[in-house]
Amino acid sequence: MSLALILEQLLNGVQFGLMLFLMAAGLTLVFGVMGLINLAHGSLFMIGAFVCAAVAGVAGSFWVGLVAGLAAAAAAGALIEILVIRRLYGRDHLDQVLATFALILILSEGVRMIFGPFPLYLSVPDALRGTLDLGVVEYSRYRLALIGFGIATAIGLWLLIARTRLGIRIRAGESDREMIAALGVNIRVLYTVVFALGAALAGMAGALVGAIQSVQVGMGEPVLILAFVVIVIGGIGSIKGAMVGALMVGVIDTMGRFLLPRAFALVLEPAQATGVGAALASMLIYVLMALVLVLRPKGLFPAHG
Amino acid sequence: MADPVLRLEGVSKSFAALRAVQDVSLSLAPGEIHALIGPNGAGKSTLMALVSGALAPDAGRIVFRGQDVTRLSVAQRARMGLGRSFQVSSLIPEYSARRNVMLALQARQGHSWRFFHPVSRDRSLMDPAREILRRVGLSGRASVPSAELSHGERRLLEIALALALQPAAFLLDEPMAGMGTEGTRQLTGFLDGLRAEAPILLVEHDMDAVFALADRISVLAGGRVIASGTVAEIRADADVRRAYLGEEEGA
Amino acid sequence: MVEKRREWTLNAVLAIALFAVPLAALWLDEPFYITLATRVAILALAGVGLNIALGLGGMVSFGHAAYFGIGGYVAGILAHHAFSGQPLFLGLSGSNQMLVIWAVAMAISALAALVIGALSLRTSGIFFIMITLAFAQMIFYFALSWPAYGGEDGLPIFLRNQFPGLNTMRGWEMFVLSYAVLMLALALFAMLRGARFGAALMAIRQNPARAAAVGISPFGIKLTAFVISGMITGLAGAMMAELTRFVSPAMMTWQMSGELIVIIILGGVGRLFGPVAGAGILVAFEVLFGGLTEHWQFFLGLVLLGVVLFARGGLIGLLAGRERHG
Repeated sequence: MSLALILEQLLNGVQFGLMLFLMAAGLTLVFGVMGLINLAHGSLFMIGAFVCAAVAGVAGSFWVGLVAGLAAAAAAGALIEILVIRRLYGRDHLDQVLATFALILILSEGVRMIFGPFPLYLSVPDALRGTLDLGVVEYSRYRLALIGFGIATAIGLWLLIARTRLGIRIRAGESDREMIAALGVNIRVLYTVVFALGAALAGMAGALVGAIQSVQVGMGEPVLILAFVVIVIGGIGSIKGAMVGALMVGVIDTMGRFLLPRAFALVLEPAQATGVGAALASMLIYVLMALVLVLRPKGLFPAHG
Repeated sequence: MADPVLRLEGVSKSFAALRAVQDVSLSLAPGEIHALIGPNGAGKSTLMALVSGALAPDAGRIVFRGQDVTRLSVAQRARMGLGRSFQVSSLIPEYSARRNVMLALQARQGHSWRFFHPVSRDRSLMDPAREILRRVGLSGRASVPSAELSHGERRLLEIALALALQPAAFLLDEPMAGMGTEGTRQLTGFLDGLRAEAPILLVEHDMDAVFALADRISVLAGGRVIASGTVAEIRADADVRRAYLGEEEGA
Repeated sequence: MVEKRREWTLNAVLAIALFAVPLAALWLDEPFYITLATRVAILALAGVGLNIALGLGGMVSFGHAAYFGIGGYVAGILAHHAFSGQPLFLGLSGSNQMLVIWAVAMAISALAALVIGALSLRTSGIFFIMITLAFAQMIFYFALSWPAYGGEDGLPIFLRNQFPGLNTMRGWEMFVLSYAVLMLALALFAMLRGARFGAALMAIRQNPARAAAVGISPFGIKLTAFVISGMITGLAGAMMAELTRFVSPAMMTWQMSGELIVIIILGGVGRLFGPVAGAGILVAFEVLFGGLTEHWQFFLGLVLLGVVLFARGGLIGLLAGRERHG
């Protein structure tokens, strides 16, 4: 086990964490501003990936596909908000869970109807093929680009919330709905915009990840559930918490899968060690979540009281 | 004076920069009605939450029936005999008036770990519930879900729930709120008789009721007790007039 | 009172229909419908479990598939060891007796529910939903990657396990057994709801602050309800494994957790026969529309959305009106 291998896995973990952040940021924004739990967030991830793959296939350019995927997810998000989600604000969580669960069924089958039952493939853009020599390790250019994308988006999101008029309104919405009404902000439009923003982040994550895994129906929900774990760890409604939580989950999950089977190989026979190690590694982040729950029930960075 | 049932010693509570309750000490002796008055924002609600256990104080101690209860939960204090009513009626909405009282009775009787015997045939709940509803004058409304009761009836049911606990002390948060003249007069009479069962810590805005009922009055302003004494003493106190009664007269 | 009588009539109709349909199928020699009715009974049983946590206690568990799957795996693993003759661990052997298997399934799912519930109930609302979902996902991934019992491929039960006095390989007898267990579970639900425990639990759901103010500590009551809930859903899992003679991680996917909630919503949250009505609707929907189009879930989604937005009482709420606690 060389230093290069460990470094590579560490970078993989960071890359995975940043993609989780894109998902978690949207979820936590929507909860923070509108008090809504949105299970269909994973469907927006899927829509981003499918549209990106389809458009990239036709246009012959990943970048055109990426923009299309992002736009499609944002548009789908706005449409869903106007048609369905809007009716759920102020309803209890059970109604929100069920209605958005229904949306998953509708959107998953809808995508299957449009794109057919088979996975789509999205290839990495030519400019980002191959590896880059980082001195200690040769690392995938595309994954490096994903890390760059993730960091750039996080900074952009932070600037948006901290420095712009929209950001002021979002922050006001998180603390006091009546106040933003008093400021003369159209809440309906604000909510649609916030939801579409979250959808765009999810769609972008889907499109970006689509090039390193197959694009298929159901790809969004495992990521969604991990994003939930991220939010529970980070504290709901907190973008900073989402970032810290996402990096923790990404790195611990990746390193666990890499290291645990090797650790067990020291005491067990190889075949058994791989099995036991993999099984326990798959549980690591949930154990982390349980620990956070015991020590800090509201997450590491609670946004509300 | 006999040992107090309830005693607050230097209790304080802050929310961020706001010092809602500062160094408050007061006591509740057997057989008395001790009224807490003060302008809005004086810290009455926070103080009630501290006494009931909904909030934990930053400093100070709360002693109930000779025991330090500062760290006990709401439910634990209720089981020790602290019967409270809420400022805004807080009942079990789908339950009828009778079932609301029965819930308090079952808690009073010790525990809820009975899994099979139906409460609707439990005489140890049904009979006392009927008696308590009769006492507060809700006999005719026993089967109505509490969500469908009128405002005044819900206030009475709040009192009934406190009664069902057979408490060692009552903690009544604005029981007269929104009761109307006639309702207030009746409830005043009822509370007057209640002090023989257990002392009452009473938060109330209706000054006529307070002056008619209270054995002692403590005045809260800016989170501190600025005066404490008999009705006559409080009426005469200049600070109180400035801080509170003056406002009332002007309004 | 009118509502109450109407609900009891409806319950009786549902109970009789669930028995009459497979009976007619037996008469007409249509074993497919017997299996279908057994499936409805077992799904309803799982729903009865969830209904205790969700309907009575207001705990929106999005992870009940975990207990369903744990029950299933207990059945699968015990049967596997009984079949192969290899000891389980510490010299314990497997079993092909349903009664033994059920007891173990209920014990283990209760234990899992105790641990998950104790952690999850430290929070509430949206956190609770996400955490129960996440823990179920953890158990799902564990089952998926643990190689000893089939991992991703699952584990077959070659011979259906035995129940004293019955030939469980016969569809009709398996149905009668499932139906009887369902009726027992419904009786248990009704008793819990009517007893002091249920009174406290439903009060906590509606107004936790008031429950605490009369001296009822919410945590213990809710956790107990959660454990009973997981236990019954675990039993249903063990029975489902018998019916399909197969267990796999698919039993504990998040979709399965969602389906269990859907069953309760379609039938009516907190209603005694809600899960029976819901499971019936779900399976009927799957069979009717599944035959017409492979995209039947699209339409299920639309129906579900309609129910949530416009008919919140579910089928029983629609037909029998709102529930009252006199």
